Amino acid sequence: MTREQRLLEICAEHAALEGPLLPILHAVQAEFGCVDGAAERVIAHALNLSRAEVHGVVSFYHDFTAEADPRPCVQLCRAEACQARGVEALVAAAEAATGERVRLSTVYCLGLCSVGPAARIGDAIHARLDEAALVKLVQSA
Amino acid sequence: MTVVRISDDAVALACGADAVAAAFASAGCTVERVSSWGMHWLEPLVEIGEIGWGPVTVADVPTLLLHSRESGNPSSDAGAITAPEMDPRLRGDDGMWGREIAAHPFLAHQHRLTFARAGRTRPLSLDDYAATGGWTGLDRARTLAPEQVVAEVTLSGLRGRGGAGFPAGIKWETVRTAAGAHKYVVANADEGDSGTFADRALIEGDPFALIEGMAIAAHAVGAQRGYVYVRSEYPHAIAKLKSALALAESRIAPFVIEVRVGAGAYVCGEETSLLNSLEGKRGEVRAKPPLPAIEGLFGKPTVVNNVLTLAAVSHILSTGGAELYASIGHGKSRGTMPIQLAGNIRNGGLFEAQFGITLRELVYGIGGGTKSGRPVKAVQVGGPLGAYLHPDQFDLPFDYEAYAAADALIGHGGVVVFDDAADMGAMARFAMEFCAAESCGKCTPCRIGSTRGVELLDRLRDNAITPQARDEDLAVLEDLCETLQYGSLCALGGFTPYPVRSALKHWPEDFRP
Repeated sequence: MTREQRLLEICAEHAALEGPLLPILHAVQAEFGCVDGAAERVIAHALNLSRAEVHGVVSFYHDFTAEADPRPCVQLCRAEACQARGVEALVAAAEAATGERVRLSTVYCLGLCSVGPAARIGDAIHARLDEAALVKLVQSA
Repeated sequence: MTVVRISDDAVALACGADAVAAAFASAGCTVERVSSWGMHWLEPLVEIGEIGWGPVTVADVPTLLLHSRESGNPSSDAGAITAPEMDPRLRGDDGMWGREIAAHPFLAHQHRLTFARAGRTRPLSLDDYAATGGWTGLDRARTLAPEQVVAEVTLSGLRGRGGAGFPAGIKWETVRTAAGAHKYVVANADEGDSGTFADRALIEGDPFALIEGMAIAAHAVGAQRGYVYVRSEYPHAIAKLKSALALAESRIAPFVIEVRVGAGAYVCGEETSLLNSLEGKRGEVRAKPPLPAIEGLFGKPTVVNNVLTLAAVSHILSTGGAELYASIGHGKSRGTMPIQLAGNIRNGGLFEAQFGITLRELVYGIGGGTKSGRPVKAVQVGGPLGAYLHPDQFDLPFDYEAYAAADALIGHGGVVVFDDAADMGAMARFAMEFCAAESCGKCTPCRIGSTRGVELLDRLRDNAITPQARDEDLAVLEDLCETLQYGSLCALGGFTPYPVRSALKHWPEDFRP
């Protein structure tokens, strides 16, 4: 199956939904690691939207990316509650530990505000991080 | 066989509950995964009989089993096992070691209605739900005419728990009487405020309560379809809710609920932006009017309520529920608020209380002060758009009007504690920076003003600034805050001045080079 055929299949799987665009974009992002221009074109055609409309939506949301990034991603919460629990003091060590291999990204709140600093890798979540625990997490990502 | 109860709430999981549960299971215990009691500093909290231990690590498992077996019937005797003998770690008195959970002061001082099942039931057990009064609100509501259901919600005094505090009954009545055959109920679970986790805790711990509340709302307004918009940062809540909906499908039929996942945009917590996102559009805010109650999702009349509002309705529609809800609270803020104690606090977690409780009680009495042991410098109530409150204001009662009068907001009930290491100038800058990063771009004050705000705050804190330039910049900052507050389309731009102005007012020394 070509990539385009698979994209059309994803669109068809969501055809019965009201307002199917976000669920489609989530499925495409999960499968291909991004929603690039070529995917936008296919989705726009399938939903009878303009490419500009689809691109406008893709570029609005933080969860959708134009290019795939094969590196494992550690999402570190740096919102107020985790700041109050000292996350900023851990950032330099975490950045140093990422090197070329891991991507460290900032997320604003994982809902673990009473046990921060907190981080997420995929669906795995981690709390009560100190510098050593966070560095270990980055290294094992 | 020993039955061990351990939460599968995200906080427990993030603190290692799965490994502890696996260790008990491999030791031959029956492990039940339950909701969290909300005492987050104790997670993973292990419950045998009604006796609790926490925080527990895998290494503690053999010792715990030995003690619970030696004591025979743990529910009557294990309370005699005291912390210091068993676990030197806990001499700092923050843990719980062999004590009756329900008697813990953190729980005993609460008034749990929305979170009545927290810690007590298995989240996806229909039997547990029914055995604890589940579905009685919906069953009763369905015997009543829609206008009677709305009247009970109005009578209860319930106000929107998302932050705006708009009376739920009035919103429902508007949708009920709106013209049109197609109507929707939308649950806002886009809980993006830092310091808040009650929506997540409710969905993960008691998902049927939300589903029941939505079904009641649907009956009251005549809606056929419902959506729960959950943020993508909550993967466990999404999975739980999907499972719960599959289990409850026949119970709520013909009403149908679908889960939709957000995509990382904070502004989608604003109701009109959320509706656009559900429709598959950019999450841009809509101008009001028209109100969503008249022209909401796909242009149809729509109830948009926060998760906690809808979950409270399940209780309110049970027999006598509305009267009870209206009978407690403070001023025009009726019932209870699930308050979330977060940040630098010793005993953090979920604390559901009647309105009227003070920050002094919450932060010092319940929360035990800061986790770092240093003095409390500031408390931010109501998320990133909430004001920073100074300890001098800690006697303010938790109440929508009292907070508004003090230029603050209770928002979604998040309380984030900061110790004296906090740089309030940096926090004010962060508020502007956050607004700039999350602005939907629709209105100019928010889109441009937030970036100008970051620049101004940087200049004020720059060594090179002259006293005259500083005075001018302070005047411009005040002007900018006013423009944001009164000129923005929604609360993101409109409320960002709250943290900025409050920080500047109470801690001006932090706004100097």
